[in-house]
Amino acid sequence: MTGLIGIYRPGTTLLHRLPAGPKLGLVALWSVVVVGTKGWRAGLICLGVALVIAAWARLDARRTLRSLRGLLIMLAIVSAFQVWQRGWEIAVSVSGDLLALFLIGLVFTTTTPVDGVLTAIERGLRPLRPLGVQPERVALAFSLMLAALPNLIGIAGETRAAAKARGLERDPRALLTPFAIRAVSHALETGDALHARGLGDG
Amino acid sequence: MIEFRDATVVVDTPDGALTVLEPTSLTLTEQRIGIIGANGSGKSTLARMINGLVEPTSGHVLVDGRDVAEDGPEVRRRVGFVFTQPDSQLVMPTVVEDIVLSLRRVEKDKKARKARALEVLDTIGLADKADVTVHALSGGQKQLLALAGVLATEPDVVVADEPTTLLDLRNTIAVADRLFSMRQQLVFVSHDLGLMDRCERVLVVDAARVVFDGDPDEAVEHYRGLVRS
Repeated sequence: MTGLIGIYRPGTTLLHRLPAGPKLGLVALWSVVVVGTKGWRAGLICLGVALVIAAWARLDARRTLRSLRGLLIMLAIVSAFQVWQRGWEIAVSVSGDLLALFLIGLVFTTTTPVDGVLTAIERGLRPLRPLGVQPERVALAFSLMLAALPNLIGIAGETRAAAKARGLERDPRALLTPFAIRAVSHALETGDALHARGLGDG
Repeated sequence: MIEFRDATVVVDTPDGALTVLEPTSLTLTEQRIGIIGANGSGKSTLARMINGLVEPTSGHVLVDGRDVAEDGPEVRRRVGFVFTQPDSQLVMPTVVEDIVLSLRRVEKDKKARKARALEVLDTIGLADKADVTVHALSGGQKQLLALAGVLATEPDVVVADEPTTLLDLRNTIAVADRLFSMRQQLVFVSHDLGLMDRCERVLVVDAARVVFDGDPDEAVEHYRGLVRS
C-alpha cells in the first residue's frame, strides 16, 4: 500500500524539473480527463498515455510492478466481477482508468520531492489565509498523512505478530485493541515531536 | 540558562489530583546535565518542561529568561528535543526531506534548505542515505537522524529523553558521542548510568521530586541506594 504513494527518486527528466505546483495542477487535470472520458477504448488510451509518461519519468519497471501488486490483484477480482455482471467493456474501462490514475500518481510522487509539494500547497492556499486557512498547517497535515501510512502498516504487522505469538491470531480483539491503542499513542507522540520541533507554532 | 522557579505539575486523574512534579527550584548553567531516576519518577516531566511540552501548573520555567508558558514558540527555537522513539519524530518519507522539514522555519530558500540539509547529513555520516526512506534506516541511524533534525536549526539547548534506551551498544556509543560532542548545552535523561560520568552535574529524581543534585559519581551512588532500599 505504501508503494502506491511512491517515494521521491532524484532524476533529470523534464518531469523531475517541472515545479511541483504546475505538476499538481496537471495531475488534477489528468484525473478529470480520465474520469470524464467513457468507454473501453478511452480507458485503454488513458492507460497507454500513463505508461508512456511513466516510462518518460524513468520509473523502474520492477519497482513499479511491486508497488502496484496489491492494486493489480484487487483489479483482477473487480474485473472478473465486472465481466460477469456488466460485460468486458466496462471491466476494461474501469481497470484502465484506475491504473492510469494510480500510475500518474506514482509518477508525481516519484518525481517530486515532498518539500516541493509542501511549498506548492502553501503557495496555492495563501490566498485563503484571510478566510482563516493556515497554509503551513495544511501542508504539514499533508506530509503527516504520507508519513502515517507506513507507520500504521508497521504497527499493524507488529500487532498481528504479537497476537500470533499468543495464539490469538483469530481473535479480532487481540488485533484491533492493541492496534488502536498503539496508533493513538503514535499519533500523540508524533504531535509531541512536532510541537518540540516548533512545527505548527506558526 | 535554565531556571525552575517553584515549578509544579499536577494532573487530574479519575482518582483525583496527582502531583507529577513537586515544587522544584533549580538553576542549570552547566553544559552537560544528567537526569536519572526510576520509571514514573518524574524525570521525563522535568525534561519536557524545558521545551514547553509540559507546562507547570504553578511556578515558572525559564530558558534564557523566557518563560516557556508565555513564550513557547521562542523557547522551542532555542531548545531542541530528542525523544526515546525516533519513529515518532521522523515525519517525512526520506532522510533528507526530514531535515529539510526542520529547516523550513529558519531557511526560506528551497535550494539553500536542501544544501544545508545535505551538510547536516554529512556531519552524522548519513549523506549517502539522503534519498533513502527513513523506514529503511537502523534504529541507531534513525536516532542520529532525529538528532540531526534537531541540530539543523542550531538550538542553544538540546534535551534528550532516554535517546539510547532502544539502541544496541554500538549505536548507544554513536548517539552518546554525538550528543556529548555538541557545542549546545545538553540535558540528558537516561537509565544508562555509565554515561553519567560524562556529565558535570546529575539530578536524581524520585517520587516526583529532585532528591539529589550534584556530582555524577555521588548521584549514581545515591540512585543505587534508592533502588536497593
